Amino acid sequence: MSHPDYSSDSNLVREDQTRSEYWRRNLQYVGILLSIWFAVSYGAGILFVDTLNEITVPGTGFPLGFWFAQQGSIYVFVVLIFVYVFLMNRLDRAFKVDEIEEVDE
Amino acid sequence: MTVQAWTFALVSLSFALYIGIAIWSRANSTSEFYVAGKGVHPVANGMATAADWMSAASFISMAGIISFLGYDGSVYLMGWTGGYVLLALLLAPYLRKFGAFTVPDFVGDRYYSQAARMVAVVCAIFVSFTYVAGQMRGVGIVFSRFLEIDITLGVIIGMGIVFFYAVLGGMKGITYTQVAQYCVLIFAYTVPAIFLSLLITGNPIPQFGFGGAEQETGTYLLDHLNRLHEELGFAAYTGGTKTTIDIFAITAALMVGTAGLPHVIIRFYTVPKVRDARISAGWALMFIAILYTVAPAVAVFARTNLLNTVVNEPYAEMPEWFTKWETTGLITFEDHNNDGLIQYVGPAATAASGEPLQNELTIDRDIMVLANPEIARLPNWVIALVAAGGLAAALSTAAGLLLVVSTAVSHDLLKRGLRPKITEKGELVAARISAAVAVIIAGYLGINPFAFVAEVVAFAFGLAAASFFPVIILGIFSKRLNREGAIAGMLVGITFTAAYIVYFKFVNPAANVADNWWFGISPEGIGTVGMALNFAVALVVSRFTAPPPEHVQSIVERIRVPRESGETHQTAEA
Repeated sequence: MSHPDYSSDSNLVREDQTRSEYWRRNLQYVGILLSIWFAVSYGAGILFVDTLNEITVPGTGFPLGFWFAQQGSIYVFVVLIFVYVFLMNRLDRAFKVDEIEEVDE
Repeated sequence: MTVQAWTFALVSLSFALYIGIAIWSRANSTSEFYVAGKGVHPVANGMATAADWMSAASFISMAGIISFLGYDGSVYLMGWTGGYVLLALLLAPYLRKFGAFTVPDFVGDRYYSQAARMVAVVCAIFVSFTYVAGQMRGVGIVFSRFLEIDITLGVIIGMGIVFFYAVLGGMKGITYTQVAQYCVLIFAYTVPAIFLSLLITGNPIPQFGFGGAEQETGTYLLDHLNRLHEELGFAAYTGGTKTTIDIFAITAALMVGTAGLPHVIIRFYTVPKVRDARISAGWALMFIAILYTVAPAVAVFARTNLLNTVVNEPYAEMPEWFTKWETTGLITFEDHNNDGLIQYVGPAATAASGEPLQNELTIDRDIMVLANPEIARLPNWVIALVAAGGLAAALSTAAGLLLVVSTAVSHDLLKRGLRPKITEKGELVAARISAAVAVIIAGYLGINPFAFVAEVVAFAFGLAAASFFPVIILGIFSKRLNREGAIAGMLVGITFTAAYIVYFKFVNPAANVADNWWFGISPEGIGTVGMALNFAVALVVSRFTAPPPEHVQSIVERIRVPRESGETHQTAEA
């Protein structure tokens, strides 16, 4: 992957393409992470809760669906945000759109 | 030391801390007043957001509600945390890049329309006021129960503290006091929970403890609770009674509402960079998750302790906490069969003969967290800590909300609306005056609450879900969405949601049963439908009207990347 040097018109066209590629990758990450978000809360915690409740989390008294609704989904939410932050920071650097550190930081 | 002395000491100490921080972090410019000069560290912002978000409802009421609803209470746990994923992935980084001061700022600029800005201002003020009234009430309850002073005096003291740091310090003062308040409230919440978990299950981590076995009997706590519930005629604790579609709709409305609440969104304007906005949403949710994963454990411990203490026990032998809460009217006992025993049963309870049993005990759900340490006979200082924590939760949220009201007036209404020529100094004065007025109105609502505070909170979430969330999302993810679409979408979303809630909550409360609800969705969950309508109307209307002007489309291009070609850092100061 090449990075534009912003010095000519053809480079501007290329900048447009890199930008839409950056956006496409971002939407892809968001899509995948939100599917997981949906699966653990609305899926495991609500739609399939009764089925999952027939399973007990080993070594505890938690029915699995109930555990997802009151514990598991929340842990996954936290992890999802940190994963997104990691992926986006990497993407920002790869496309050279990461923010420049200020001198006083 | 008595509970009261401990409470007095801990509450005064925490208040002194908040005031000290307020003096240290005074605001000198509108940027400092509105967004803390955009210089807040992401971890600090995460803590401040957590304190901002976790209100008296989260601290005082939530575990109690869950302890009465069991599985159905999960809507609050998932709903009030899952929204942060939406915030981090769909809103916060872009709004930070946009670089405005307020939510109406974004709506007004992105949709190049004063009308859209004004709709947003009205929603922001309404949502924040309904919310803040509940906080002041919470302050009053804590004061009256633990320091045994009048609710009115309690609210006035609370107002005084908020007034001091919100009016003086603006966002900057609020942010750093909220960091302190987070520490106070999370300590106050987890310490009693750890004690309880150790007492009941022998496991010091509450999140694991409530899935563990009872020390006394060796049976799993949840199994025991389910069995007790069955015997007493309540629904199974891990089962619940709400329909799947209603649970789904309420959870979605709370999630989306969270992501659309102005006082939450505004916190992501305060960090230096786009990257910081993303990560501080992560920190915020982590700090929130500590309380939210402990709450269901507290709910189970509270329920178990309560049932063990009261069921079929002689009324005359009830412990001191029972009679104390009775005097506040939050516990009532009526001995229908005159046997002197407390018959606490659910709707499905029947005697051996098949006769239905009558419930004799009514417990206000809001007292469970406050009464819990006393029910479990924890040391006095732990009980006092809960009072200080409850106050921290209520005050931090109240301050954040009041700031939204004051910026909505001084910035959105005056500077960007009626009086564009106002000077920076004038704007700052206006911001302080409106913050002061807002504190007084909030205090008034705390002293003279509507009977329907709980009802209006459903309103606040429904409206936030049905108004802000779709237009902000579409404003970022669709370049084609125009002014006409956004305004039409917001109006349809708000009108539909408001009409549904007003009808079932105020006009005809008797009809508020599942049979009359559309698709079986309760007023609490209807914001989800309002949101869907908003999305649909906005997209359709945009398709048939002129696209947004060129410069607006390039704004959308610009907010999608953290830094553009050749751009250094100027947008941060925009």
